[in-house]
Amino acid sequence: MSQPNRLKTGGRVDRSRQLTFTFNGQRYQGHPGDTLASALLANGVDIVNRSFKYSRPRGIVAAGAEEPNGIVQLGSTEAGQVPNVRATQQALYQDLSARSTNGWPNVQRDLMGLVGKLGGQFMPPGFYYKTFMAPASMWLTYEKYIRKAAGLGRSPTENDPDIYDHRHQHCDVLVVGAGPAGLSAALAAGRAGARVILVDEQEEMGGSLLSSRESIDDAPATTWVEKVLKELSELEHVTLMPRTTANGYHDHNFVTLHERCTEHLADLAPRAGGRRQVRSRMHRVRAGQVVLASGAHERPLVYAGNDVPGNMLAGAVSTYIRRYGVAPGNRLVLSTSNDDGYRSALDWAEAGREVVAIADARQNPDGELVEQARAKGIQIIAGSAVIEARGDKRVAAAKVAKIDIEGFKVTGPVEELACDTIASSGGFSPVVHLASHTGSRPTWNEELLGFMPSPVKGMTPTGGAHGVYALGQVIADGFKAGSAAGEACGFERQDASLPKVDERREGAAVALYQVPHQKATLRGPKQFVDMQNDVTAAAIELATREGFESIEHVKRYTAMGFGTDQGKLGNINGMAIAARCLGRTIPEVGTTVFRPNYTPVSFGAIVGRHCGELFDPERYTAMHQWHVENGAEFEDVGQWKRPWYFPRTVNGKTETMHEAVARECSAVREKVGILDASTLGKIDIQGPDAREFLGRVYTNKWAKLAPGRVRYGLMCKDDGMVFDDGTTSCLAENHFLMTTSTGGAATVLEWLEIWHQTEWPELDVYFNSVTDHWATMTVTGPEARKLMAELTDIDLDKDSFKFMDWREGKVAGVPARVFRISFTGELAYEINVQANYAMHVWKKLFAHGDKYGLTPYGTETMHVLRAEKGFIIAGQDTDGSVTPEDLGMHWAIGYDKPNSWIGKRALTRPDTKRTDRKQMVGLKPKDPSVVLEEGAQIVFDPNHAIPMPMKGHVTSSYYSPTLQSGFALAVVMGGHQKMGETVYLPMVDGQVHEAEIVSPIFLDPKGERQNV
Amino acid sequence: MFYIFCPYCGEHREEEEFHPKGQAHISRPEDPEATSDEEWGDYLFFRDNPRGVHHELWVHAVGCRKFFNITRHTVSYEILEVYKMGEQPSITAENYAAQQGAASADKERNASQAKHQEGVRA
Ligand SMILES: [Zn+2]
Repeated sequence: MSQPNRLKTGGRVDRSRQLTFTFNGQRYQGHPGDTLASALLANGVDIVNRSFKYSRPRGIVAAGAEEPNGIVQLGSTEAGQVPNVRATQQALYQDLSARSTNGWPNVQRDLMGLVGKLGGQFMPPGFYYKTFMAPASMWLTYEKYIRKAAGLGRSPTENDPDIYDHRHQHCDVLVVGAGPAGLSAALAAGRAGARVILVDEQEEMGGSLLSSRESIDDAPATTWVEKVLKELSELEHVTLMPRTTANGYHDHNFVTLHERCTEHLADLAPRAGGRRQVRSRMHRVRAGQVVLASGAHERPLVYAGNDVPGNMLAGAVSTYIRRYGVAPGNRLVLSTSNDDGYRSALDWAEAGREVVAIADARQNPDGELVEQARAKGIQIIAGSAVIEARGDKRVAAAKVAKIDIEGFKVTGPVEELACDTIASSGGFSPVVHLASHTGSRPTWNEELLGFMPSPVKGMTPTGGAHGVYALGQVIADGFKAGSAAGEACGFERQDASLPKVDERREGAAVALYQVPHQKATLRGPKQFVDMQNDVTAAAIELATREGFESIEHVKRYTAMGFGTDQGKLGNINGMAIAARCLGRTIPEVGTTVFRPNYTPVSFGAIVGRHCGELFDPERYTAMHQWHVENGAEFEDVGQWKRPWYFPRTVNGKTETMHEAVARECSAVREKVGILDASTLGKIDIQGPDAREFLGRVYTNKWAKLAPGRVRYGLMCKDDGMVFDDGTTSCLAENHFLMTTSTGGAATVLEWLEIWHQTEWPELDVYFNSVTDHWATMTVTGPEARKLMAELTDIDLDKDSFKFMDWREGKVAGVPARVFRISFTGELAYEINVQANYAMHVWKKLFAHGDKYGLTPYGTETMHVLRAEKGFIIAGQDTDGSVTPEDLGMHWAIGYDKPNSWIGKRALTRPDTKRTDRKQMVGLKPKDPSVVLEEGAQIVFDPNHAIPMPMKGHVTSSYYSPTLQSGFALAVVMGGHQKMGETVYLPMVDGQVHEAEIVSPIFLDPKGERQNV
Repeated sequence: MFYIFCPYCGEHREEEEFHPKGQAHISRPEDPEATSDEEWGDYLFFRDNPRGVHHELWVHAVGCRKFFNITRHTVSYEILEVYKMGEQPSITAENYAAQQGAASADKERNASQAKHQEGVRA
């Protein structure tokens, strides 16, 4: 029969329409307005999962975000797979397809359950703790087992075709939760004129009012909801966001909202107007004030067998009946510690089903709801509780007995009542999750038997989240909070015109968490505290016996509150049990903290549009298109795309990188090459004190650099360690152009600014990044001058335009600055032109360069050429622990400069003066075919027992086509005094390379080639 | 994710626009050559790590590129004050503690008021 548990009338589902869905391959029917959970219950599906550790059958327990068992894998196609969806939060849609996350081979006949409860033995409490303490290799064994048995959901193996979005928003008042408190708060703030965002995680706004028995203004509560929503929707500054979960609350009222835009419609976002809609959206909201109206979660009681399908939260039973028109069983026993639980029994009876009995833990229950139950003739057993649920795949009976809460013992005979459903209520826990994300620790309130949110600046808790539960008071409290929040944002206080809600006389609740059993906890049947992680009361007791006294330790030891559950149902019961075992109070055991996210967020929503080609911005030089057209392979240097090498294809055969680099190197050394060097950082420095400033930030001298001249400069931090280098040219007396490494451009500019702004504000000097304004092309090689001569009006005579000079003129008809600096060791002209002229100049150079063998080269060749000359790359050959002395660059250190330039003082500290520091040297492998590994460690004695003392490491290593040999730059302890000595490089594969320490300048040590 | 008031731009901006640069008011010794190795080591390497009121140097890196100071509570992360370079904080660990002790009645009201008073020029 279709939907055996669906009631004939009632609920907010649309019975006129049928939806078909499948669960574990079985087809079922439901209605629009159902969640997957309510539809499963309507169809009488008891088992929705197998438990993580013990493989026990599990059913739906709750009706909201706190559901621990109904975790499913969604998706009818591979690309549409979504793991870890709560059935209680997933709206039903046509053709929805879901599977249990756990259960192998299936939930009904679970193999793991039969293998002697292997899980239980295999995973005692402290499993994670002990596993991580065990040899690492054991984890692999465990992990395979756990994954197979537990499932844990899986991510799709195909690309997600959906698109996701981010939106950044500001508002005056963000109201989290659209139950009675939230609606009322939004109304108060909205009426005041504040920009309000009201979010609610459910399909429909209204929260508890959607299943409430109470009336507001003498009408059903839902009528009031509709009225308020209508007014809010007409307020221009109010944004209503259903299906939106506030998942993280961060500093300074920054809240992340996860809006599920189409997840209630289909697996993959449907198309609208030919375009795929956004599946979900992350809103990053900066709120003036946050009103936390997140309500309260009902606490289940902890009794034996409380995980057998058919055990449910009392409030959830009411919600399924009243909101979804589903009675999830036929015969109910209620176990409660408070009046509120009675609602489920009343709803059950009114749905025409049998209430077998109510076990009330209180000696003299006497509230209004109690009287209503009595009036219906329901049997109430005072001073008792359900101590054990009997049944295997579904509850078959409840064992009820009188209990002594204080003494934690069963005091009367045990009566077994046949039933198929047990509802339990242990009171309510305010949903303080968001409040504690910011680091504020919830505080225990003994009167309310729950943790209350602690003050967070700019946040007001209200309603259930504030420990206010009576409907009339909730609405009033919400209004007050909303009005105050509006006022804090500068809007006028609102006078409340509160609706009429009948006061309900309520009896006091008792504090009951774990229900005693005839047998001691450690020997009795399992009482579950955290169903998602299969944590039992016995496990917590065991943890306290093993010496774990803090609740934080107990949690880690037992895994309570782990996973997607985050302790929504179990944490406080777990704390109460730990407190009982330790003979302390709950607040003495600790407090409960929660971390973002409140419920799982899909990676898609986190990523938004920052994926694929939009993952990270890419920076292109002005000549990029030419590089692409000429077959360049690219290398990422920061965000820049730089040509790495230009492989040629001859007779259908494409060069390897090795071949291309060899050809490019020879072209530069023998003819002429060209490099796109536009990515080098360029900083324009101006002001009367520019020269003085340079003298303070560089290690070398700048006082006498004349206009037209260029100088290499080395920059240290004040600890004496090199952090960047480059050339700086004097453009005019008060005007300089500094170049930095590609990666260091932004860092160096900030470095100059911090010194100017914080230490030397009296210096009149200004800095500006001009990296993108100027394109740079390096023309280098013996034929460079001839090629340049064809295109420039600048006098290229070697005596008038010398090495380390720069000249202004025209190149290829456009204004240019040409610098005679060389990073290759060859004759070189670095041409800087306005970026938008660069492609023209580049092409002109090629038009004229062919006859000279002009060859484009990339970063790989640049590296080989510079390393052959011993030119360092800051950040590759240095690592923040290398001084200019270590680099052997005494010539760039102006010890006698009049000021104490940055880094100078540190160079005379005892540590920087050590002679056994790691010093820059060259390494020549004994076998020329060997290219040493960058990062390889250097030892002096290869026969030394392991661990060998490590004496240095390789920083740069290449094959040099010019030297016909591998060669490397390295730092070696005391290396400057070890020229000619042999060092050893033991490799992972057991090989030991031999290399000779040589000068880091492998080619043209006198620098004659660049001076021609 | 902080929400930071740049005293030069005169606006609150998202933390992404700023870089933290460590403890504020670390001034380089006037004459580095005259310092002992220990003094120089202190200047280079030693920083406070207080629980409570802390003065920090920040830069509006992708905004106006100006450096300024933030007085921040390292437990609540509340920004108590921002002030320009060359100015001194009006809120310090000492007077903050005194103020918290004295005005417990006004505490909540004070805490709910966004405070970004200008620093006192030195
Ligand atoms: Zn600014």
